[in-house]
Amino acid sequence: MTALIPHSWLNSVGIPPWVWNPLSISLHAAGEATIIVAIGGIALGYILAQGHFPGRGVIETIFSMPMALPPTVVGYYLLTRLGGPGPIRTAEVHLFGHPLTFTFTGIVIAQVVESFPYCLRFSRAAIANVDPRFEQAARVMGLSRWRIALLVTLPLARRGIVAGVAMAFGRALGDFGATMIISGSVPMATTMPIALYNAAFFGSHDQAMVLALVQLGAAFVILYGVSRLGKIRAW
Amino acid sequence: MTALDVDVTRTIGEFDLDVAFSVESGISVLFGPSGAGKSLTLALIAGLLRPDTGKIAINGRIVSDRASNVHVSTQERRIGMVFQDGLLLPHRSVLDNVALAVRQASGRQARRAVAHSWLERVGAEDFADRRPGSLSGGQRQRVALARGLAGDPALVLLDEPLSALDSAVRRELRNLIREVIISSGVPAVLVTHDAEEAEQLGDVVIAYSDGRVTAMRDVERPDDVGPQPESRDGNRSQ
Repeated sequence: MTALIPHSWLNSVGIPPWVWNPLSISLHAAGEATIIVAIGGIALGYILAQGHFPGRGVIETIFSMPMALPPTVVGYYLLTRLGGPGPIRTAEVHLFGHPLTFTFTGIVIAQVVESFPYCLRFSRAAIANVDPRFEQAARVMGLSRWRIALLVTLPLARRGIVAGVAMAFGRALGDFGATMIISGSVPMATTMPIALYNAAFFGSHDQAMVLALVQLGAAFVILYGVSRLGKIRAW
Repeated sequence: MTALDVDVTRTIGEFDLDVAFSVESGISVLFGPSGAGKSLTLALIAGLLRPDTGKIAINGRIVSDRASNVHVSTQERRIGMVFQDGLLLPHRSVLDNVALAVRQASGRQARRAVAHSWLERVGAEDFADRRPGSLSGGQRQRVALARGLAGDPALVLLDEPLSALDSAVRRELRNLIREVIISSGVPAVLVTHDAEEAEQLGDVVIAYSDGRVTAMRDVERPDDVGPQPESRDGNRSQ
């Protein structure tokens, strides 16, 4: 993304590279992570909300664990699984030509794991709260299960789902612990939180303040957007 | 051939439903107090629930039979249904709500054309492009009636379609419901706890009490074309 926007233009509008580069990497990684999380989280949320099979609670708990674990623990497990010897590392080398630790892809994986529970839990709750009589009416109309999901259930649950995706994006954007461990702070994988850590650690307090303010603004926009979703009428 | 044969039992908690009746064309009214099992019967006919024992046939086609483990899915029963509160999809236009129920036409434009003709028949074409949330209760039920009939159903079920409306609108819609259903030729089963409504809408009234059919009788009409009901033992009560 940085390559698409000339540095001269960024400088002319007052955005220095030490802000834009980590911001670009953060937005790019969080965007990719959110797309993956949205697809997987909404699908699993639908299955957990609509399915009637044993073990649903266990599955939801397992996928929600990153919410309760320190991000460093998640990062440690990812580092040892993705970077340590074993079949996963072998598969990474086979597929990508190199291990995924200390790469941009590694960051995306860390952010997917960290943000997945937010999308999953918001989506599951929103889908479970849809009045089942609308789905019954759709069954009577002859709609298949897939069409009911796409035309009835998911649109009726959209507010909760969109809030979950927004929260997941915010979580991915703000992740520090897991991202730091999996990326090792290499330049191509320095996100905003890591850049802030580096600036503060190496005494660049002015830069740290600006980086913190940008993240503060991003967090405000995301949370305000989520709260507005709760206030607008359903349809 | 009878339009509908029902001979089922179903227990939910402390409540036992045990009913049997057959109806032909026209509007058959399941009449009785709340909690008598009328709406449960509709849910069994629609396939939203399965009976514990017994069988259900629509136009001679067995759609549910516990003895031979037959259960035709709700989607494949070709049923139209009008719910008490309409249950129109709030995120779709009135026209789209009806078009979604159209089974007999393929292609979006063809389905919308069928839907539009049904909206005209129920006097709802003026708000085809509006969302259901902007309609009055009576307007919503007109659209729900169009949706219930638009899919060329073998049977249409109406679950207290007028009970949430005020009396003036209720009177107006009674005439519309009877006129549209009879002219469509689709047999209908309507649930109500309103005696006046049962008399005005029904060709046959099947009285329910505590999960049982207690009486069945024809409603006398000048142009008497109503169905010929039979109870489980083949007797008809007058």
